[in-house]
Amino acid sequence: MTLDLDLLPDGGVPWLDASGPEGQVVLSTRMRLARNLRDAPFPPRASDGERARVRDTVVPAVLGTEALGHGVTIHVDELSRLERQLLHERHLISRDLAGLGPGSVVRGGAALVTAGATGVMINEEDHVRLQVVKSGFAPGAAYADLERTDRELGARIPFAFHREFGYLTSCPTNAGTGLRASVLIHLPGLVLTKEIAKVLQGLTQVGLTFRGLYGEGSEVVGNLFQLSNQTTLGKSEEELLDHLGKIVRQVIDYERQARERLLRNAPMVIADKVWRAYGLLRYARGLSFEETMNLLSGVRLGAGLNLISDVGVYTLNKLLVFTQPAHVARRAERALTDPDVPAIRAEFVRQLLDEDARRKPRGGAAPSEA
Amino acid sequence: MQCQRCGERPAVIHLTTIVDNTHTEQHLCEACAAQQGIETEASLAKFPVGDLLGSLSKGAATQLPTAEAATRCTACGATLQDFRETGRLGCAHCYEMFEAPLRTLLRRVHGASRHMGEPYVSPGGAGDARGPAVEVPDLAGLREQMQRAVESENFELAARLRDEIRERE
Repeated sequence: MTLDLDLLPDGGVPWLDASGPEGQVVLSTRMRLARNLRDAPFPPRASDGERARVRDTVVPAVLGTEALGHGVTIHVDELSRLERQLLHERHLISRDLAGLGPGSVVRGGAALVTAGATGVMINEEDHVRLQVVKSGFAPGAAYADLERTDRELGARIPFAFHREFGYLTSCPTNAGTGLRASVLIHLPGLVLTKEIAKVLQGLTQVGLTFRGLYGEGSEVVGNLFQLSNQTTLGKSEEELLDHLGKIVRQVIDYERQARERLLRNAPMVIADKVWRAYGLLRYARGLSFEETMNLLSGVRLGAGLNLISDVGVYTLNKLLVFTQPAHVARRAERALTDPDVPAIRAEFVRQLLDEDARRKPRGGAAPSEA
Repeated sequence: MQCQRCGERPAVIHLTTIVDNTHTEQHLCEACAAQQGIETEASLAKFPVGDLLGSLSKGAATQLPTAEAATRCTACGATLQDFRETGRLGCAHCYEMFEAPLRTLLRRVHGASRHMGEPYVSPGGAGDARGPAVEVPDLAGLREQMQRAVESENFELAARLRDEIRERE
């Protein structure tokens, strides 16, 4: 099986358009439900044959739902490592399903059904991981879609459910609702004002947890944080979402205040930081992924503060996805370890920024028709 | 203000300690503070993103009673010892087999063991003999939920729960 990402609706990343609420701070809202079939061992314990049977039971049921009726089915276990990493970089599959963890291999029967904003991972550590991603801060809309598809799916295949513990999952940390709601949030203001540690500490005290861009166990790069609920049992879905929503709103407020303070107290320092980041991205001849992420964070801050009008948030989001290692390698048909990758990345960044700058005249005027 | 310890760098950490009514103030630079083992925002920010959930579940798994460690799940053959090593259960039936220790674990991880979310009706419906009992939260559960809604100032939800409780009463 070879992978053609162009066949995916919206390339599988419709949230890049930055059309959602609070798009200047929150990139995306992602929600997932963990579900398991009643009568099959959980994927980490099951044999290849058992997992293949699970896949062959789940895929038709998923394709029978409204949201995923026209979904694309991908047998992840038949893909190359580079292709699996591509799907992971698009946040369509987890590190676990992609088999990219240290010393881990892709599980037989691992599959994905995706229709852009809605997707189902099959044979991750749970049989079914249903997820919905929306642009910006949109927990209500994301959960509404998630719940509808979950209900349709649960009516087709019997899920494991315990009278006391709720939905049963491979890891007890996901049991109960099986709901993990998270937002990908950009917090350069809080990092620059050095308030971030305090905020993150506060989050863990109110039952939220934070992770890096790629979820569990990943480092924070480019001042991007994933905030999510820590527990899944003992509270209703509504309570969990309500709590997360309130806290995230507060974090968004803190971030806005920090940005305003920076702009008020150190306007030259901030402007210099933003334009230096832009200058480097626009003209550098070699860029590592990490450097790109950090510079993009500076430019994104500048765009949010209206200091820079040469580049739109949509372009910044596109750069965030398409400058990742597997995307750059695939684009140039090179290996991940190819020494030319930083140069190819820099060329791609220059090209996109150049296109945007041509579209928008300098000085913050409205985009022209041309 | 200069750092009291090195006298070179500016003091950015101002620490007040009170021991037995004796009040002492320290003004240190970041480097000297770090040398003295004082945690600062900058030092905390350098911590890699901790996988709190992972460590929590693994830690909890190692604390499960040892007497039951060798008992096998009749459906998948997994033992509590397996769970302790991998942090993952073998199948849905494991939750029945190891119900008591898992209840303790769930309480420690989530602060509760009773599902308060949407109930599930399996495709076979209520008539499905093998299907687990579907439980709608009882009155006590609803009251507990209402109390929490009030505490978190979610008055809209609290009012809805109040109405539901009245209706059931």
